[in-house]
Amino acid sequence: MSSMTRPSTRPVVTAEPAAKPARVRKSRVDPLYYLFLLPSLAIFTLAVTLPAVLGFVYSFTNSVGFGDFDFIGFRNFIAVFRDEGILGAYGFTLAFSLVTVVVVNVLAFLLALGLTSRVRFRTALRTVFVIPMVISGIVIAFVFQYLFSNSLPLAGQSLGIEPLTTSILANPDLAWLAIVFVTAWQSVPSAMLIYIAGLLTVPTEVYEASSIDGATPWHNLRHITLPLVAGYAVINTVLGFKNYLNAYDIIVGLTDGGPGVATRSVAMAIFRGFEGGDYAYQMANA
Amino acid sequence: MSNATRTIPAQPAASARRRIRTGHERTNWPATAVLIVCTLAVLVPLYVTVSMALKTTGQAVDGNAFSLPSPLTLDSFIQAWTLTNFPRGFMISVFISVTAVVGEIVVSALAAYAIVRNWDRRLFRWSFFYLLAAMFIPFPVVALPQIQLTGMAGLDNPLGVAILHIVFALAFNTMLFTAFLRSIPLELEESMRMDGAGTWQVFWRLIFPLLGPMSATVGIFAFIASWNDFMMPSLIISDPELQTIPVLQKMFQTQFSNSYNVAFASYLMAMAPAIVVYLFTQRWVMSGLTQGAVK
Repeated sequence: MSSMTRPSTRPVVTAEPAAKPARVRKSRVDPLYYLFLLPSLAIFTLAVTLPAVLGFVYSFTNSVGFGDFDFIGFRNFIAVFRDEGILGAYGFTLAFSLVTVVVVNVLAFLLALGLTSRVRFRTALRTVFVIPMVISGIVIAFVFQYLFSNSLPLAGQSLGIEPLTTSILANPDLAWLAIVFVTAWQSVPSAMLIYIAGLLTVPTEVYEASSIDGATPWHNLRHITLPLVAGYAVINTVLGFKNYLNAYDIIVGLTDGGPGVATRSVAMAIFRGFEGGDYAYQMANA
Repeated sequence: MSNATRTIPAQPAASARRRIRTGHERTNWPATAVLIVCTLAVLVPLYVTVSMALKTTGQAVDGNAFSLPSPLTLDSFIQAWTLTNFPRGFMISVFISVTAVVGEIVVSALAAYAIVRNWDRRLFRWSFFYLLAAMFIPFPVVALPQIQLTGMAGLDNPLGVAILHIVFALAFNTMLFTAFLRSIPLELEESMRMDGAGTWQVFWRLIFPLLGPMSATVGIFAFIASWNDFMMPSLIISDPELQTIPVLQKMFQTQFSNSYNVAFASYLMAMAPAIVVYLFTQRWVMSGLTQGAVK
């Protein structure tokens, strides 16, 4: 490792600036580069590609995860589309993701606007707002589970709000709201930081010019800020969907898919099915 | 500014007034107040966690989460410590996180270096796109065969989880490193090679130190992600004795039953390390996320 005597595997570059780049690039590749690339490709192939291919193959079989199995064609896929539990999980996951994406983007954008305006304690405020991002989803879900099932009903009773007098986690119609709330609580910070980055790329001269033209803050927001951060909204939406469609931790911590299966997400349905042994079936699902 | 002066034909007085209003010293107090109120959304759950953890079991069951603990007690921490066997869970979580941090930095930095320096070769270019594909494969899709394979390979343990963390972060990290590497001038490297250094030395003595800021970002995100992860360890690690801290919270949820103070003490111990790391490293957390978004 530290032996300086190890001979260079490359020809010594001579002092010919013009010819240099071409020679360095096109000459034979130092075998060490392959070695550098090897660990990534090896673990990636073994841990992602191979399982993905296996999963794809299994999805056409009636395997239960071990032992013999037969190929049964598309029957798993057909069964998945007839399974109301699974379709329910898809419906829930999709609806939940849509609502959460909208909520998170609106809140994150407003916070980012606030934090990039002329407020005091900017750094301290930002520090606080980012904290939810670094807290484990399952742990914070347990904290909120306590609040939702104990503190919120108490508050509901004393304020006389009928739907809040019992735990909203036990209410099939309202439990999803709790999940959206906690998911948003955790996801707003990263979206907010991305919006802050976006807002900081807008040069201040643009605002100065427009306010000199007599633009109100609302006009500024509507005609300058929003168009310029639209790209960042797309990033946040894509990242958000990617995360929420795989929602798992927070739902496990809050409702565990209940009451009944009202808040079961696709990821949970897959894992539950696996515990139940219909391996191939869940692969088709995935 | 020359722009600005050109565009004030009509109302010079009004624009002068606006100019002052947007001046640098003016603090937007209403916005500050609104934001401070908003921090309650973050601080209240944290306050509840801390205050619940400091209560006695008797006080914790009254359902009032917001009351101050009286009397103050640290018993719940002691109980949670022994009940969940915190030290063992902590060591396992630390092992996974450290392995993931070191692994993610080294493996992706090596790959990124090889790819950037040989971009004109098809093999390296294709490898890059092959790795990037992982960004679009969510864990649940490959989870079931993965559980089987890790079981067969004897990796249904913390080491296996750490490796999977490395793999699933590989695409993003390699992308960050390649972007950063492209900005490092080739001349530095060439002068070192002229002095007789090989690729190995160039990487470890020159490139890797230059990648420092990016490695810090990658490392912190690796730590936060692997420390907090619940799904992967809960599915991959077969032996409950070897579970990580977040999974322990779920496993002991029934045993906490009505000892809410013990439960919250345990939650607090689970979230504290990540918060502490974040507070000390925020600079890289912020810059990392923004760089990631711009790429």
